[in-house]
Amino acid sequence: MIEKELVSGNEAIARAALDSGLCLGVGYPGTPSSEILENVAALGGQAEWAPNEKVALEVGIGVAFARGRSIVTMKHVGLNVAADPLFTIAYSGTPGGLVIVSADDPGMASSQNEQDNRRYAIAAGVPMLEPSDSQEAYDFTIRAFELAERYRCPVLLRMTTRVCHSKGALIRRPNASPAPAIAYEKDVQSNVMIPAYARIAHRKLRAKLAELARFNEEGEFIHEDHGSSELGIIATGISYQHARDAAPEASVLKLGMTYPLPMERIRKFAAGVKRCVVLEEGDPILAEACLAAGVKVEGKAEMYRFGELSVGRVRRILAGDTTPEAAPPAGKPPQLCVGCPHRRTYEVLRDFGCIVAGDIGCYTLGVLPPFEAVDTCVCMGASITTGLGMRHALPEAEARRVVSVIGDSTFLHTGINGIVEMVYNRPKTGHVVIILDNSITAMTGMQENPATGRKLDHTPAPKVVIEDVVRAIGVDHVDICDPTLDREHFAGILKERLASNDLSVIIARRPCILAAVKAKAYQLGGK
Amino acid sequence: MGKVVNITVAGLGGQGVLKVTDILAEALFDAGFDVKKSEVHGMSQRGGSVSSEVRFGDRVFSPMVPAGETDYLLVLDSTQVEVNLSKLRAGGVLITPDDVPLAELENPKAANILMLGALSRHFDLPEELWLKHVCRNLPEKVHEVNIAAFRLGRRGKNADR
Repeated sequence: MIEKELVSGNEAIARAALDSGLCLGVGYPGTPSSEILENVAALGGQAEWAPNEKVALEVGIGVAFARGRSIVTMKHVGLNVAADPLFTIAYSGTPGGLVIVSADDPGMASSQNEQDNRRYAIAAGVPMLEPSDSQEAYDFTIRAFELAERYRCPVLLRMTTRVCHSKGALIRRPNASPAPAIAYEKDVQSNVMIPAYARIAHRKLRAKLAELARFNEEGEFIHEDHGSSELGIIATGISYQHARDAAPEASVLKLGMTYPLPMERIRKFAAGVKRCVVLEEGDPILAEACLAAGVKVEGKAEMYRFGELSVGRVRRILAGDTTPEAAPPAGKPPQLCVGCPHRRTYEVLRDFGCIVAGDIGCYTLGVLPPFEAVDTCVCMGASITTGLGMRHALPEAEARRVVSVIGDSTFLHTGINGIVEMVYNRPKTGHVVIILDNSITAMTGMQENPATGRKLDHTPAPKVVIEDVVRAIGVDHVDICDPTLDREHFAGILKERLASNDLSVIIARRPCILAAVKAKAYQLGGK
Repeated sequence: MGKVVNITVAGLGGQGVLKVTDILAEALFDAGFDVKKSEVHGMSQRGGSVSSEVRFGDRVFSPMVPAGETDYLLVLDSTQVEVNLSKLRAGGVLITPDDVPLAELENPKAANILMLGALSRHFDLPEELWLKHVCRNLPEKVHEVNIAAFRLGRRGKNADR
């Protein structure tokens, strides 16, 4: 009997990957994508956390070069890190199915920007599928592997926060898509992107995209609700679900493959209705593409570029309402947990009046009262390097106050390069980097990383020792301390290092209070 | 098509808001309804305001309850009533910690399940179905205390002894 389950979009993707004979899932944790690989592992599949998204995608590419099926997961900003391999693997493609999940976060529930990664599909020339619920997340993932193999190109599966984390009904199709056998075949003209071969590959890519556009016109990823001819709605992703609630009487054209677009189907639909509105979260990409192709559609007002859409906002868009929206009542903001080991560190930084270059993690919350001890936050790994830039530019007295803070997982993600930069291009006043080592990737929900000594599934793994890494790169001082246990010791070291012209890394080490309990259980063999 | 019923559960990170909505969604799904459940993870788990939504009916589209259209609003923390009140439709049902026999609860950690018990009074589903999903979502060693909490909430604050 086929059982109906209630699952999230992320759980659905994991199930689809396993039902497609996944060889390896690899990614870096990031809200709202993190549960995909956790579920792959929990269901018995092969999954691993890479130190960052570029590494993850490259490992995935290697799997697909061996004709294995690989899914690579990350949040939207992770694709910026992985963009370098993306743009070239789009040219060469892989014989095995390579599916890249970009989990976008319109409204920034837990992100530093709300970039719209549909632009990556266009920029790199990679087909993009956009599920609107859990069942589609499942179905599209399976089809993504097949399309990737048929057209020999990676497929971007674009999720958004609501589709990732909302639960809905799912019916699985076990063994829906058997994976091809693993096999390596040498094919240098396709796989080695030297200019002579890349010139050929770029032309091939454009031909593939033209073929994919024709395939999209055939309608496998198009769903049409035939309603009134007064109002037509073209929708993608979660916007479709909101549209059905906001305007049940309307005709709706839902696009599941949003690059390359089925422009003739769009043209025909728009011609059949009196008024045609494009509903899309984020940038007006679809509306602009329609207008550029001479299809008469209405986009949304500029105010709806910001934040998530909802049934209420869709009603407003359809009504052409651009009056100011009521601000949602302010709830209690998130904060560093009581007992969080970062608290003492921030108290000292605040009391010392440091200029703190911050990074991405729970510890970014040090910007809020009672600490107000974070001055900048850009992207993963940027604390060390932006701190160095400030040290170079500021007059000596202020340069001496600059400190970079970075978490353990973030350090391994893209912080190591910053230490190399620091040793190579040393500021006159030296620099102080504090690694806030709580021995877990806490922000995204307690994922393992290369320094925890445990793999994604929490079984033992070789451990990268952070102090050995920074010593090997050549910093002058490496100190390990626990500001929660001995605040004065930490404050003393910090004071001394700030006064010197030396390069210093202080590792403030104490396990996250939420992770410590779990770590003990893993040690005892539980999960 | 039948009407879609909208439920919002709100509270603070760590109170078990998401657990309650998981149980709620699974019980309704098991009872044969189309169900969608929506929540936002991430920064919200660090002690901040959390809310999660369940919609059920014959066919549910958007997973998010439209603003001001919540039929049942369950608030696990008294400080969070005010900020969530605008989600409730006129004539909707509000359940707060003041409406349940919290004082009689043995283990305060089961307060979320007690409140789920109070909410369950409004739906025509058998107790066994609710308890099945309470147990499926919690570790075995806390089943007993949570079953008791659920029954306490389901009995109501001023019920006959």
